[in-house]
Amino acid sequence: MAKKHISFTLNGAAVETLVEPRELLIHVLREELRQTGSHIGCETSHCGACTVDLNGKSVKSCTVLAVQADGGEVLTVEGLAQNGQLHPLQEGFMQEHGLQCGFCTPGMLMRSYRFLQENPKPTDDEVRMGMSGNLCRCTGYMNIVKAVQYAAKKIQTPGGK
Amino acid sequence: MATTAESMEREQKLEGIGCSRKRKEDPRFIQGKGNYVDDVNLAGTLFASVVRSPHAHARIKSINKAKALALPGVHAVLTADDLKPLKLHWMPTLAGDVQAVLADEKVCFQYQEVAVVIADNRYIAADGVDLVEVEYEPLPALVDPHKAMDADAPIIREDLVGKDEAGQGKRLHNNHIFRWEVGDKAGTDKVFAGAEVTVKQAMLNPRVHPCPLETCGCVASFDKVRGDLTVYITSQAPHVVRTVVSILSGLPESKIRVISPDIGGGFGNKVGVYPGYVTAIVASIVLGRPVKWIESRIENLSTTAFARDYHMVGELAADKNGRIKALRVNVLADHGAFNSHAQPTKWPAGLFSVCTGSYDIPVAYVKVDGVYTNKAPGGVAYRCSFRVTEAVHLIERMIDILAQKLDIDKAEIRFRNFIKPEQFPYHTALDWEYDSGNYPAALKKVMEAVDYAGLRKEQEEKRKKGELMGIGICTFTEIVGAGPSKACDILGVGMFDSCEIRVHPTGSAIARMGTQSTGQAHETTYAQIIATELGLPSEVIQVEEGDTSTAPYGLGTYGSRSTPVGGAATANAARKIRDKARKIAAHLLEVSPDDLDWEIDRFKVKGVPGQEKTMKEIAWAAYNNVPAGMEMGLEAVEYYDPPNFTYPFGAYICVLDIDRHTGESKVRRFYALDDCGTRINPMIIEGQIHGGLTEAYAVAMGQLIAFDANGNLLSNSLMDYFVPTAVETPKWETDFTVTPSPHHPLGAKGVAESPHVGGIPCFTNAVNDAFSHLGVTQIEMPHTSFNVWKTIHELGLDKQV
Repeated sequence: MAKKHISFTLNGAAVETLVEPRELLIHVLREELRQTGSHIGCETSHCGACTVDLNGKSVKSCTVLAVQADGGEVLTVEGLAQNGQLHPLQEGFMQEHGLQCGFCTPGMLMRSYRFLQENPKPTDDEVRMGMSGNLCRCTGYMNIVKAVQYAAKKIQTPGGK
Repeated sequence: MATTAESMEREQKLEGIGCSRKRKEDPRFIQGKGNYVDDVNLAGTLFASVVRSPHAHARIKSINKAKALALPGVHAVLTADDLKPLKLHWMPTLAGDVQAVLADEKVCFQYQEVAVVIADNRYIAADGVDLVEVEYEPLPALVDPHKAMDADAPIIREDLVGKDEAGQGKRLHNNHIFRWEVGDKAGTDKVFAGAEVTVKQAMLNPRVHPCPLETCGCVASFDKVRGDLTVYITSQAPHVVRTVVSILSGLPESKIRVISPDIGGGFGNKVGVYPGYVTAIVASIVLGRPVKWIESRIENLSTTAFARDYHMVGELAADKNGRIKALRVNVLADHGAFNSHAQPTKWPAGLFSVCTGSYDIPVAYVKVDGVYTNKAPGGVAYRCSFRVTEAVHLIERMIDILAQKLDIDKAEIRFRNFIKPEQFPYHTALDWEYDSGNYPAALKKVMEAVDYAGLRKEQEEKRKKGELMGIGICTFTEIVGAGPSKACDILGVGMFDSCEIRVHPTGSAIARMGTQSTGQAHETTYAQIIATELGLPSEVIQVEEGDTSTAPYGLGTYGSRSTPVGGAATANAARKIRDKARKIAAHLLEVSPDDLDWEIDRFKVKGVPGQEKTMKEIAWAAYNNVPAGMEMGLEAVEYYDPPNFTYPFGAYICVLDIDRHTGESKVRRFYALDDCGTRINPMIIEGQIHGGLTEAYAVAMGQLIAFDANGNLLSNSLMDYFVPTAVETPKWETDFTVTPSPHHPLGAKGVAESPHVGGIPCFTNAVNDAFSHLGVTQIEMPHTSFNVWKTIHELGLDKQV
């Protein structure tokens, strides 16, 4: 199959690669670009382990073609910490025990990263609804809600992020 | 002399047992730096994809690989015929049966492995799968286990025809696998014959799947020059995998390295050895290149390890006061097409005979028949010890049904039957010795916390108005920490576990265990045990597991065995080091070892303030100044064979409201009190309980691996198989009591599966309780809105204004 040249911004850096038109973004991120933080849990858009930020929206990269990212901006979990400083969400997940096996965590972080921009001061129920496209089998979600709220508060605090 | 405040501060700095310290695993997981099997990227890796059967039962007439092999990028297509010369087309199961690696002349369940395509990447491998042409001759499928032993039932396992034994005792029919009986049949029958009251109820623990978020997979890499094999694998038990691979391949274990890296959840799904692993290993040996196999979610739900499918009939004999006199249980166990459940070898029904529960039952009898059907093999312990969820489900439903018959409150009947605190250690009618417990205290605490009396009053008023409110109680006893090697083995290897600790000269340490975390945070909790035992900060104690070339042999993690067995090994290994450290300290202080007291992180000379050596100082001395005749170094290994299982317990109450028009259940409150003995990291324990309760909620309220009459699987994607999101998942309230295990070095019992085991009956008891005033005795799981509505509709409740 003829390959197509694509270029996009990944975690702030310009990248380019050759992809088959049928290749999924998650495979290109993980296998071509070796950013293995985003995971594959179902390949059917249900679990959200592959959630990344594409052009300012949460997408499940298992059902986005890599060519759709051409010219775009992609943020993955690897780009969340800035200058060696953890993002408040990363801090929150650690402080509130919001993860166990860690497999859903990158997707949870990337979804909550976008969610808190959509809704900076959510109620707990709004967090649950906003994160309902991301499955976790380990935590029972209570501590994930707490982790997101931890970050929401920290981001709102002057000197936060 | 150290002040109390000073020593307390020193103790806190260790972040040892009892400290809710943050997890050591988290920094890598929150930054996308975990290393899961699919992240492993070896140069030149090929990808394996599996051709699967569309039929539940069919003869294979032909397999044509030509078109697939002609596809550029396809390196090989393997079928049973290719594996035959290597004698690898069948493999032994952990249950004494054999399982086809690739279907040998016929397929026995839908999605069974028929061929494997090895290609340059996953896309070409998938294209290749589409090009493999298989011609089938469909056969009648056996789906209902109750018909498995009918005279005219289709024979599933032609390879076993004429064999009256399939690894677990005598077979009575071609589709029969085993019969397992335990207890006093005559004695039990006698009590039933003369009983004042008896109740009998059929119930089903439906077929479900553990469904961890990461599916199963492996990367096999055979080095043709060195002759060694490395396998990265999603396994909860890597050492057992190495032994199995050695037996299958003929390679010595010393030439095989099995590595379980980070694992994305297991819940019992990652204990067994699956055909995908075996074919990837064979392909790597044949081709001399690394081969990766990662199953899709559909493959995961279809083939690797279902759980439950226990069709049970429970009976209780009691007196008029609800005091239980005997228990009788008959089980029909659907094992699918191959008996590959992962139980200790001698236990065809696992530890099901713990089904007398928390109650003082004088006599009992249990019979379990296992049968083959045209369904995927499995029968794994989904977040539980072997068949313990089924056992607890049975007794917790039966005691409710007895209470209902006698019109005794469901809490009260439990108090009347509890094993009393002074009866421990308690020997059950089915031969288990419970180590410790205080059941009445636990239930009392929970009833007070939720105002049980108030809830019953509210329920009574709601019932008058035609509203449906359920109060579920579950007072479970678990059996975990498998297990004493005299009782438990896997493939002949006793179910001990191990720990090796090395203390470095500057007072940090590395520890390696035979267990394997799948999210339980072993790197954190084991370090805490060592911190307390050795007086070194947990921060500088590195814990490693999962690499068979570096870790000591162990049986892995499942059945909440890590803390009871691995944790005990860790404590004992640390104590061996501390014993040596005492001698070194005595040598340095020029006193007798008996003159020393251990205090938090140091040895002190009795009665001589200031004469002391810290563990850090002793560690340095261990490498340059030891007593004459002593070996240098400071390390120890422990292989711990537990003297008994541990028996954690709990008391749970669930309150739910049911909409009598839609059948929708809303969990208003779920209060869970767990007693797991000594608590190592309360934060992690609470997290485990949240997770286990959520999985219990999933099983009770929605999960079902369903088939149609022809054996077609109806629920193998996350569209059809229920995994709760944050929206459905109830909010949990947790509590605890502490009744240490008397035989465990730390008093710890294990916890992660309790909420699953105890949670499921609690939910189902709540749903049943909502209808119990209407004469309903048993509504089966899963309690989806539709299923609950069907009950409502049958009772005509939806028509009432």
